[in-house]
Amino acid sequence: MRAKIMTGAAILAVAALALTACTTESNGTAAGGLSIDVPDIPMLEELGEMESEVNIVAWSGFVEPAWTDEFTAETGCTVNRRVAGTSDEMVQLMRTGDYDVVSASGDASLRLIAGGDVQPINLDLVPNFGDDIVEGMKGQIYDTINGKSYGVPIGRGANILQYNSDVVTEAPTSWDVAWEADSPYAGQIIAYDAPIYIADAAVYLMAHEPDLGITNPYALDETQLDAAIDLLKQQNKIVSEYWADPAAQITSFAGGTSALGTSWEILRKLTDDDKFKSVLPEEGSTGWSDAWMIAAESESPNCAYAWVDYTSAAEVNGAIATNFGMAPANAAFCETSDEAAAHCEYFNATDEEYFSNVWFWTTPIEQCIDGRTDATCTNFQQWTDAWLSVKG
Amino acid sequence: MLRLSLGAKFTLGTIVAIALAFMYIPLFLVVVNSFSAARLSSWPIDSFSTIWWEKAFVSEPIRAALLNSVIVGLGATTIALILGTLVAFALQRYTFFGKQSVNLLVVLPIALPGIVTGVALNNTYNRVLEPIGIEVGYFGMIIAHGSFCIVMVFNNVLARLRRINPSIEEASRDLGATPWQTFRLVTFPQFRSAFVAGAILAFALSFDEVVVTIFTAPPGVDTLPLWIMNQMARPNEASLVNVVATIVIVASFIPVWVSQRLARGADERD
Amino acid sequence: MNRRAQLSALLALPMLWLIGIYIFSLIMLLVTAFWVTDPFTSKVKPGFTLRNFEQIIANPAYASTSIRTLGIALAVTVLSILISVPLGIFMAKVASPKLRAILAVAITLPLWAGYLVKILAMRITFTEDGFFNSMLGPLGISGPGFSIVTVVLTLTYLWLPYMAVPVYTAIRQLPPNLFDASADLGAGAGFTIRTVVLPLIKPAIIAGSIFTFSLSLGDYIAAKFVGGSTQMIGSIIASNINLNPPIAAAFSLVPIAFVVVYLVVVQRTGALERM
Repeated sequence: MRAKIMTGAAILAVAALALTACTTESNGTAAGGLSIDVPDIPMLEELGEMESEVNIVAWSGFVEPAWTDEFTAETGCTVNRRVAGTSDEMVQLMRTGDYDVVSASGDASLRLIAGGDVQPINLDLVPNFGDDIVEGMKGQIYDTINGKSYGVPIGRGANILQYNSDVVTEAPTSWDVAWEADSPYAGQIIAYDAPIYIADAAVYLMAHEPDLGITNPYALDETQLDAAIDLLKQQNKIVSEYWADPAAQITSFAGGTSALGTSWEILRKLTDDDKFKSVLPEEGSTGWSDAWMIAAESESPNCAYAWVDYTSAAEVNGAIATNFGMAPANAAFCETSDEAAAHCEYFNATDEEYFSNVWFWTTPIEQCIDGRTDATCTNFQQWTDAWLSVKG
Repeated sequence: MLRLSLGAKFTLGTIVAIALAFMYIPLFLVVVNSFSAARLSSWPIDSFSTIWWEKAFVSEPIRAALLNSVIVGLGATTIALILGTLVAFALQRYTFFGKQSVNLLVVLPIALPGIVTGVALNNTYNRVLEPIGIEVGYFGMIIAHGSFCIVMVFNNVLARLRRINPSIEEASRDLGATPWQTFRLVTFPQFRSAFVAGAILAFALSFDEVVVTIFTAPPGVDTLPLWIMNQMARPNEASLVNVVATIVIVASFIPVWVSQRLARGADERD
Repeated sequence: MNRRAQLSALLALPMLWLIGIYIFSLIMLLVTAFWVTDPFTSKVKPGFTLRNFEQIIANPAYASTSIRTLGIALAVTVLSILISVPLGIFMAKVASPKLRAILAVAITLPLWAGYLVKILAMRITFTEDGFFNSMLGPLGISGPGFSIVTVVLTLTYLWLPYMAVPVYTAIRQLPPNLFDASADLGAGAGFTIRTVVLPLIKPAIIAGSIFTFSLSLGDYIAAKFVGGSTQMIGSIIASNINLNPPIAAAFSLVPIAFVVVYLVVVQRTGALERM
């Protein structure tokens, strides 16, 4: 079973898995030679009898009757869903102890792991997590720490540049139209509304200000963070608005308030209008990758494991990805029908080259995850505090 | 009747017209958009359809969410009516040390961002009550809503009590009425309209609450605002919210009308 | 029963509820304002530090956001009063009984459309190609877009019934002969409203203003949806409550302070104790 995740960047992780097999030490060596101090939570060795229910915190569209009904029929576990609006809410809800499973994004997962809120996942107990999981979603830093896997991938997407081709007549290839003070679209630019958006500024600086030495947008020392904040403050003067809610983003484009800015493929699709186009600019971009995680103190670990396994199967994983509008984690879904193939094509599901330009959301921590040992990086609290000063 | 010059009447009428336009243009957009074919509210509307109405009528989650909201709203309003009236009487009829603090206490739950109230109560439910064997469950959100609705009844009743002439109550007592009779027959009719107004506003506040509810509703239980939030986060079918809003507006017509008549009955006797 | 016992009987249940449940919970949360956060796990550890308050003072964004939020809450309150008083006088003293009944329902009806639905409706009213600009654009008037002005308008829209209902209820209960007396003494309508009506409905205006002021102070979802880049106190608390709970707790003391000051000022007007 371990061989199944022995690919690409995960090779080191597997080496660490072997290490942790003979030691109870929680800090071994993880992908990229990085070792992070996290609480030692025991992993479930084998499954037992199903409990009666499982409580899930999820993004909107991840837990729907269309597939929970069958799950309940198969396992006897009733699914109780709570939809969260932001990653902060999600982490907060997980800390209440009321929930067993969460669909965590990368900006939440490391926080949950480090906080001891979620348990390592025994992938032997998730048979549907197999060869078909796309390469780019295996063993990533945001859900695999010190060789232990904490998350089972659900899907991913990039934060793309969307534009209204009626206004933006020349197709942009760079993010400069969204960041530079002299952008011809000043006043019509929409930006994302969360501290993690600092990473988008860092991605831009990485390409345009090489002297800053940014090699990973989630590993910023104080000078680099200051530079990103300065860029965000410059952008603040030319934005029409910030969005956090998809309905707001769509109405901003459709209502003519914004002509270009950060988007997701699905949001462009939902405008139902071909004049809105999108591009993954040459600098690359940030993106999000969601994974199921199981609460450390889950009262229904068996139902939780059953849920994680059930939703990793090609059909169910595909149903979630289709319903939400993202690239599924399970590539086998793409071969199930023409419709599925079209979905995968649209969302670049198996296009690793596309995603190689995407920096998936990761919780910034003091330890520089780009491997620097001579520097201290800024953590998420510092990002949040700095983010406030952008809008003033 | 207030004798007003034509000019004054015209000015008043204009202000009223602007106020009504301000209140009803967004509502008009909501109602019209419920017949839009698009997934999400827009202006102008490109094509019309009744598809969202058809979907809304067969939707089980909408019915469940609506029912939860009504139950929570009624529960919270009941709590608010009892506690709010008690505090209003205490503050109006008595002078005591800490009077202002009590006033502050009642206002605080609506002045703090919902997330503070939500997280604070959630902590108490999980870290304090659960370990000693008390599971609040569904009542968790009724308790939370009740807490921030008290001020609605309190302020309305207090404002009315300040204008009631205490000598009427004295007269009632002098004529041999028991305190309960005095309250029921003399005092209550005088603040009944404020009591009803407070109840409507308390129910409306509970009916609209999003953030506190996220943290105090038990897993799997959605109220209408939570359901709406969910729709807006994944706008495949967000136009459904316009249908639901339209239905609720129309359905609310009856209880609002009844409450107006109830309140009026009291006024006519003044 | 002596008065002290009566008072205790009245206050026992409400205080048990508010202090026993609400304030207890709040203190448990707010005491963390003096605690420290583990930078990595963002979990809170007991201790005593004033660093959280220092951080709030050091970053000017906290102060500017506090002042902005206070300004918004006051603007919403003033706007609500300016709409509610003429509306109430018109309904109670000018409109025919039939129109009055219709208007009485009309001012409460918007309450039921749903908070988020109303905010979304305000969005499509004020987008660039939205309802406002498409109706008034030909007249050369263009809307405020998404800005602090739109936040004030949206919050006024959301909370207006909370002012209009108590004000109307109060005006309705003014004895009609009061107006006759005033008019008989030769007072004009404007004078009557200023000197007779306003003082009498002051308690209702205060009650309504406490709603509009406090509700606006705590709101942040409206700013998120229609504010462009407007940031309010609630936005900051919400983004810190998970990552840095002590900062969120410390910053929560700001709206509490605003309400305390507001209540004191309102009481100083003396209207509260007047009949």
